[in-house]
Amino acid sequence: MTNTTEHDHHHELSFIRKWIFSTDHKVIGIQYGLTALFFLLFGFCLMLLMRWQLAYPGDPVPIIGWLFSDETMPGGVMLPEFYNQLGAMHGTIMVFLGVVPLAVGAFGNYIVPLQIGAPDMAFPKLNMASYWVYFIGGVVMLSSFLVPAGAAKAGWTSYPPLADIETMGQTMWLIGMFFLITSSLLGAVNFLTTIIQLRTEGMTYMRMPFFTWVQFVTAFLLLLAFPPLEAAAVLQLADRLIDTSFFLPSGLVVSGEILEVSGGGSPLLWQHLFWFLAHPEVYVLILPAMGIVCEIIANNTRKPLWGYKLMVQSLVFLGVMSFVVWAHHMFITGMGTGLSTFFQITTMIISVPSVVILSGMFLSLWGASIRFTTPMLFALAFLPMFGIGGLTGLPLGLAPTDIPLHDTMYIIGHFHYIVAPGTIMALMAGIYYWFPKVTGRYMNDILGKIHFWGTLIFMNGIFMPMFIQGLAGVSRRLYDGGQTYEFASEVIKYNEFMSQSAFLLAIFQLPFIVNFFWSIWKGKKVDDDNPWKATTLEWSATPTPPLAHGNFETTPVVYRGPYEYSVPGEESDYLPQNQP
Amino acid sequence: MEIPYTVHPRPDTGVTNAKVGIWLFLASEIMLFGGLFSAYIFLRMGAPEWPGTTMSGHYYASASDILSVPLAALNTVILIASSVTIVLAWASLMTNNFSKYRIYMGLTILMSFGFLIVKSIEYSTKFEHGLFPSESTFLAIYFVMTGLHAIHVIGGIVVNAYLLGPGAKMWKTNPTQYTNRIEVAGLYWHFVDIVWIFLFPTIYLI
Ligand code: HEM
Ligand SMILES: [Cu+2]
Repeated sequence: MTNTTEHDHHHELSFIRKWIFSTDHKVIGIQYGLTALFFLLFGFCLMLLMRWQLAYPGDPVPIIGWLFSDETMPGGVMLPEFYNQLGAMHGTIMVFLGVVPLAVGAFGNYIVPLQIGAPDMAFPKLNMASYWVYFIGGVVMLSSFLVPAGAAKAGWTSYPPLADIETMGQTMWLIGMFFLITSSLLGAVNFLTTIIQLRTEGMTYMRMPFFTWVQFVTAFLLLLAFPPLEAAAVLQLADRLIDTSFFLPSGLVVSGEILEVSGGGSPLLWQHLFWFLAHPEVYVLILPAMGIVCEIIANNTRKPLWGYKLMVQSLVFLGVMSFVVWAHHMFITGMGTGLSTFFQITTMIISVPSVVILSGMFLSLWGASIRFTTPMLFALAFLPMFGIGGLTGLPLGLAPTDIPLHDTMYIIGHFHYIVAPGTIMALMAGIYYWFPKVTGRYMNDILGKIHFWGTLIFMNGIFMPMFIQGLAGVSRRLYDGGQTYEFASEVIKYNEFMSQSAFLLAIFQLPFIVNFFWSIWKGKKVDDDNPWKATTLEWSATPTPPLAHGNFETTPVVYRGPYEYSVPGEESDYLPQNQP
Repeated sequence: MEIPYTVHPRPDTGVTNAKVGIWLFLASEIMLFGGLFSAYIFLRMGAPEWPGTTMSGHYYASASDILSVPLAALNTVILIASSVTIVLAWASLMTNNFSKYRIYMGLTILMSFGFLIVKSIEYSTKFEHGLFPSESTFLAIYFVMTGLHAIHVIGGIVVNAYLLGPGAKMWKTNPTQYTNRIEVAGLYWHFVDIVWIFLFPTIYLI
């Protein structure tokens, strides 16, 4: 298109407009990706400190212990208050600043417009704004460690009354959340409008790649689930700053004294508003991972995705249902049998589409001659890991089994199988898979495989024993890992093994970090625009790496579904969507 | 490459990007105020009495003892009228009458300020009588919900004033898109109006 080339000649963008305040979805995707990876690493480091304390309670942290202040780790020995800060901020950072920005902000931003044949997102300036608002939210969260008495300590769930009477770090947490919520809302509006309005000619809904479908449903969840948390955050901020009592009951006793407030509030109100967001949020954490895995499976099995249509239907159903299961996080609150029955039933119903999607992925492997590339290894590992996470969720969805398991290490095991060995593995798969698209170079395969095996083994080393500990009754959020409880004495010894697994897991991330940066400049160059021989538009219709301005040389037209691999009677084993 | 459907609607969806965007944004706003209304119901159901405020020996039996229904009714009228003028502003652009548009848009903004002035009179009389959000759950939810609504009014003023002021240059270069923008601003303004129409009876009357 002469138009585009003219455009290129006329304004060469300054460095700042091109890399910092860019409105190009590809650059914003990279910005999101790098920032989110930084936060994942940061949240991971907080966890390593916690794991040291759990394995060796009261022992000074070696090597780096002296770096910390007397309010956090005097002489390298962790104070309980600091442990609580680490826990709350680990959860918050991993969920809101790490996984979601990487899964949606980075992968979604970069890939979705390419996959649907759009020139950019529908609102490029809004896209830039949502990145920068996210960035400010991250800075606020990080700086909360520096305020008097440190960062938030009331858990990533911020349950009142505790959160209402916490130190200043909690206020910072709420302010940070406002920025993160705003960023997600701007992003969600943008993704939805882009997918509804900018699909290229022939790209009907049922021809959209599964990854784009997943981003579509995820954006709806973000759009509709976040505002109630925003409302809740407004109320909690009012409680903290203008002394209202939305979440403070009458006659609350704090440190032996009755709190001087008007009272009449309800801590359960927060829990309802929080989980109305946070259950859909857990699907925000897992759906993009499923989308990535599906793309990689179809590409590396050289077969159509099994039951694409059924999977899309399940996905939509799952999205809708995720709004009516939230109180399964609250069985212990004594909500009454009627309500509890309702939420148990909806929870059992929602597990059906999850199982359908997982089965679809497994069945896609059937009879395939699989290419065991690094991205495929990560994608394959996702399946059993997510399977374990999902199956261990079922007993939690039934009140009689949930009540003894609630708030134990079992819960931590359950959701980490989903978000860590599950989602994180899938995100890694995505990085190895789309890296050549972004940079025009492959990541190193040997380092990738070392990273993969180390990660898989040690993730399980950390999380598997949590089920045993939880079943034995060990509570979560214990600063000493349960040393003081006699019933825990049998299982507490696993803590050392788990922590050592965590440290080894950290070591096995080094090959990834080296590989990532080395490959940007020195990796093996791709030989053509479609190195994985994929069918979807991001590979088949754009140059690799993509154009600096605009996405496509000519607007692509779509003639077929997303996964036409090994079509009988065809010479090539894949038919790109834009091939007539 | 230009982003398509910024000015003219996409044939199969029948709308422009901005229209889709604003409807989605309003959906999230509904969830925001929906969350607050749910909180209101939840708290009220749990309260032994409502509004249940005893201040300096005086017991307030109903919401209208504390809050001024006439002022709120006045504000309701003002907001509804401003919703009408913003539609008229848009309609004037559709008939290419820019000077009439300026009058109607100006009136809309004026009335929005009127709403805020009445609201601040209400707030300050509350404060003078020592009725602060910390006094009772009723007052707390009153201040938070109307306060959040007032922030939305201020947001509307900023947008509308921009469109009437510096943003109006677009009328010369791209009248269709400018008209679309007024329509989108109007949709937002109607939403702000509707929220108030729910707030008024919920908080002042029942
Ligand atoms: C079939 C699937 C699933 C079922 C039946 C299920 C069920 C549950 C239940 C009932 C709880 C609450 C337990 C308690 O606190 O006592 C829970 C906790 C949790 N689940 Fe799941 N879940 C499923 C899938 C997922 C997925 C896909 C994710 C996220 C990616 C996830 C993330 C979490 C998290 C983060 C918590 C802990 C929340 C906290 O801090 O209390 N779950 N799950
Ligand atoms: Cu849930």
